[in-house]
Amino acid sequence: MSDIAVKSKAEVTPQVSGNPKAAAALDDRLAAITMPDAGFSADARADAMVRLRAMGLPAPRDEYWRYTNPSAFNAATATALPFDADGAESPLFTGRDKLTLVFVDGAFDAAASDDLSLEGVEITTLAKADAAGDHWAAGLYGQLELAGQTPVKRPFAALNTAVAHDGLLIRVTGKPSKPVHVLYRRGTADADAVWHHVIRVEDGAELTLLESGMVGARSNGMLEVDLAKGAKLHHIAAKRANDPKVGLSHIFARVGAEAQLKSFTLAVNGTLMRHEGAIDIVGDDAVAHIAAAVLGDGNVGPFHHDDTVFITHGAERGESRQVFKKVLKNGATGVFQGKILVKQGAQKTDGYQISQALLLDDNSQFLAKPELEIYADDVKCSHGSTTGAIDEEALFYLRSRGVPYDRAIVFLVLSFLADALSEVEDDDLRDDINDRLEAWLTTPPQN
Amino acid sequence: MLKINNLHVKLEEEDKQILKGLTLEVPAGEVHAIMGPNGSGKSTLSYVLSGRDGYEVTDGEAELDGEDLLDMDPEVRAAAGLFLAFQYPVEIPGVGNMTFLRTAVNAQRKARGEAELTAGEFLKEVRVKAAELQISPDMLKRPVNVGFSGGEKKRNEILQMAMLSPRMCIMDETDSGLDVDAMRLVSEGVNALRSPDRSFLVITHYQRLLDHIKPDVVHIMSNGRIIKSGGPELALEVEQNGYADLLAEAD
Ligand SMILES: Nc1ncnc2c1ncn2[C@@H]1O[C@H](COP(=O)(O)OP(=O)(O)O)[C@@H](O)[C@H]1O
Ligand SMILES: [Mg+2]
Repeated sequence: MSDIAVKSKAEVTPQVSGNPKAAAALDDRLAAITMPDAGFSADARADAMVRLRAMGLPAPRDEYWRYTNPSAFNAATATALPFDADGAESPLFTGRDKLTLVFVDGAFDAAASDDLSLEGVEITTLAKADAAGDHWAAGLYGQLELAGQTPVKRPFAALNTAVAHDGLLIRVTGKPSKPVHVLYRRGTADADAVWHHVIRVEDGAELTLLESGMVGARSNGMLEVDLAKGAKLHHIAAKRANDPKVGLSHIFARVGAEAQLKSFTLAVNGTLMRHEGAIDIVGDDAVAHIAAAVLGDGNVGPFHHDDTVFITHGAERGESRQVFKKVLKNGATGVFQGKILVKQGAQKTDGYQISQALLLDDNSQFLAKPELEIYADDVKCSHGSTTGAIDEEALFYLRSRGVPYDRAIVFLVLSFLADALSEVEDDDLRDDINDRLEAWLTTPPQN
Repeated sequence: MLKINNLHVKLEEEDKQILKGLTLEVPAGEVHAIMGPNGSGKSTLSYVLSGRDGYEVTDGEAELDGEDLLDMDPEVRAAAGLFLAFQYPVEIPGVGNMTFLRTAVNAQRKARGEAELTAGEFLKEVRVKAAELQISPDMLKRPVNVGFSGGEKKRNEILQMAMLSPRMCIMDETDSGLDVDAMRLVSEGVNALRSPDRSFLVITHYQRLLDHIKPDVVHIMSNGRIIKSGGPELALEVEQNGYADLLAEAD
């Protein structure tokens, strides 16, 4: 299934960049974690732990941590956050048939979930698979994460592989009639939720994966995705609004020949969020689109949202798009660090990257580090990054028709986000998200 | 209906006076045309009347039905019955033409204390009016003005005007960029809206449009002022002799 060799533990010498304080911080971080009883994943976890110790926790001087202070992620424990278990917010994706799987503080809740049975899909949980013996995910668990450690180290991804107790192991062999929906819930105020999903979509198979809800006071989620020839994954993650969490999410994917990965994230408010993507295009004629629509209001709570996404083209005629749009106000900070890396021989690559911020006032900021690194000569790649304010001319046009100021701003925010939203292929899902955005924009935040 | 008296306007950011004592009155039910060389301040007048930022009124007043226009927000002016068909209609990607128009119609109705139109009522009305202007259902679904040709944008402006039923319609060079057929459609649309309690201020460079939309009064504007007013024959005079004689006469 996978031909990536597992680096043996002996090859890596444990060391934390010669800084005893940093080593102690990592020790404290690990000491606070209850290690899972690993079964099939034991080797991968041990390897990840060795790698983590070699890397250490990130520091603000690290190249990809300059815009986002890692201290809240480095802290030994999560800061407790009160929560309203029912939540005032209505669930997303209600209008459609789906298989809903519930995670509470990062652990699968079988009683609250639908049966794990869906034609064309095999689903089990990481905890269950680890308790049993061998598993198909053995060749994948932690392996895509490992591949994503080059060229930039991602300590929290390694941490995730090493310590995650639970997650979903999903193998798609057909074209299931409905999406799989992962619904996250909080169970305790100080949960430090870690989960690790592995998704393998076999030749020509397809899956729509939805994620929604709220996660722990602090969270670290991993989605490892392996797409075989002609496989498709349509992934839509809608973070719950006004959830004041400190959250890290990862998508580490390997995209095979003629396969398509489309991943869209919606995030609204929250304290500190970082989304890391490492997408490897390994087969010819593959497609990878990563997009996000982000709304941040610093008045709801301090807002800092970071997307750090690398797409690597290692095969011919690949098409990639990164579309990131952030709307920021009241001191909110948006970060985008994105790279298109085209390896030697990845001819006829078509790579596109756009990151844009709409600042609704003067005290918000957008920090962008857009990068292109190209080692093939026959490629078409472009990137752009802009920071702007509301278009006065459009605002006047709308108001001159009688549209009140606030409503006109909502229209213009939706207009700004439209390119990102159009990455959601399914019309109904896109409408769901658009409606949700509109509701968020028109009703003042709850907390 | 519309009363403008001694209006002086400068740019907010620069020390540039654009309107220099403009006086004009459009009674209910009448169509007035404004003609004048480029740079006279015609568009500025239309923007100041509809409330665009960036201008400073240094003297004079403008009233709609006796109410001071200049202190109102643009959306309040719209609800009060003022409409500007833009010289350059604005494209708004990602916002559906229909959603936008329905929001505008209902926002105005709400502001006036009238019942809002249901989706069904709105749809029925917009379909009929769009068909009259030969606006396809596809154009209605597309984002506002995005990918529309010049003529389509202008027809879309007239559709908005028809749906919003304003009492005072200002049209800024709606004829520019229109071919003969589109000109006829737009004129028919406007003529269908003519009524005893609705007035029009039609800004144009060409007599051509005034063959279709017959004005009651023609004003000649130059250098921020109305320099001459008269009947439809004034437009013909401009068409034949240009502005030179009129400008010389005014000096
Ligand atoms: N925002 C602006 N900035 C600078 N100059 C302006 C601006 N708006 C109008 N003007 C100037 O004011 C004058 C009148 O312009 P305008 O009202 O567009 O005239 P018209 O529509 O009659 O051609 C012109 O000289 C134009 O360049
Ligand atoms: Mg003009």
